[in-house]
Amino acid sequence: MDTVEQIREAILNAVPGATVEIIPSTPAAQQPALLVDREHLLAAAKYLKEEARYQFDYCSCVTGVDYLKVGQVEVVYHLYSVALRHGPVVLKVRAPRELDKCHVPSLTPVWRGCEFQEREAFDLYGIKFDSHPDLRRILMWDEFVDHPMRKDYVAPLDYEWEPTPHDETLDRAVVAQGIIPPSAREELEKAKKK
Amino acid sequence: MAYDEGLKGELQKSGIFVLPFEQLYNWGRKNSIWPLQFGLACCAIEMIASAASRYDLARFGAEVFRATPRQADLMIVAGTVTKKMAPQVVRLFNQMPEPKYVIAMGACAISGGPFKDGYNVLKGVDRFIPVDVHIPGCPPRPEALIHSIMTLQRKIAGQVLGQDQRWYDKSATTEFPIPAFGAHDLEPVANPELWHPPKQYADVTIAEVLKKS
Repeated sequence: MDTVEQIREAILNAVPGATVEIIPSTPAAQQPALLVDREHLLAAAKYLKEEARYQFDYCSCVTGVDYLKVGQVEVVYHLYSVALRHGPVVLKVRAPRELDKCHVPSLTPVWRGCEFQEREAFDLYGIKFDSHPDLRRILMWDEFVDHPMRKDYVAPLDYEWEPTPHDETLDRAVVAQGIIPPSAREELEKAKKK
Repeated sequence: MAYDEGLKGELQKSGIFVLPFEQLYNWGRKNSIWPLQFGLACCAIEMIASAASRYDLARFGAEVFRATPRQADLMIVAGTVTKKMAPQVVRLFNQMPEPKYVIAMGACAISGGPFKDGYNVLKGVDRFIPVDVHIPGCPPRPEALIHSIMTLQRKIAGQVLGQDQRWYDKSATTEFPIPAFGAHDLEPVANPELWHPPKQYADVTIAEVLKKS
């Protein structure tokens, strides 16, 4: 299989106007990734699937990532070719975090198997996939509001009974049970140290 | 009930067994518990192992796993109960005929287990349905499940006909309220008639904590 650099060149030649950036591998992500701009993602994906050299006919994984400090969310696609037995190639696209601007093109028209995984990314990260055939929640119930895997999600305060509370759970339990407020807890710990 | 133990022993030698009807009745009931064939997570694999040949739950009369709640006496809540699944678990329990029992199997079913701090996991199925036996473990071994069945059998054997049980009380409801899906959590978060949080910090003030430490 071509190197990531060669694939990048091939996409740039095939999809005029696209910007493709190589994101180097990290200890957490073994493969270097290709960051494609939102406007040209669909065309790039179609190219990677249909080009005879690549034939990436299988999208194994769609993941959302929330970068709270940067103010962006990212969608990661892992592509394999069953026909040519190579892969993975990691395709990434980024969008602003704000819910009304958090749009990326859906790749379900290219790989049918993306449908449920894009629904999951929508459900948990609030990423809207334009032209997705059926963008509903898939893991949480329909009445749920908010997107629980976002870094700024505040979970319900259901800490009314904690048999062995400690650290953060202790603080939440204390707040949930309305006995000692967290500010008072700080005082308490200071007093204990003395 | 008083009966002569010596006479009982004499009769037993000649193959005649004397015992109160209640004991006979409970003996029959406790040895034909039909569990609901229903698993939620990895604990279900241990439940399947308990029912299979190596551990052989059939030795305790509880091998007839039924695929419908209408024919089941025992609900083994085997695994993590997510908030999305909780209404279905309560609905299945409501559909079982009385007398019915619940075993909460594993850390998740009794308390939420390792997923306790998550936004989507119920912190113990006893918030919505009455649990008879809790088994800790992650997952509990088949021996532990068998032990819980034996504990339940002892519980059934100790029951008095016509007394003290939910199914003898005509005013008691057999329908447990099914929680609704709310914006962030189930509504209500627990059945208040069934479950109350034990007050842990209720009486603890900062001054008292400081005094102790």
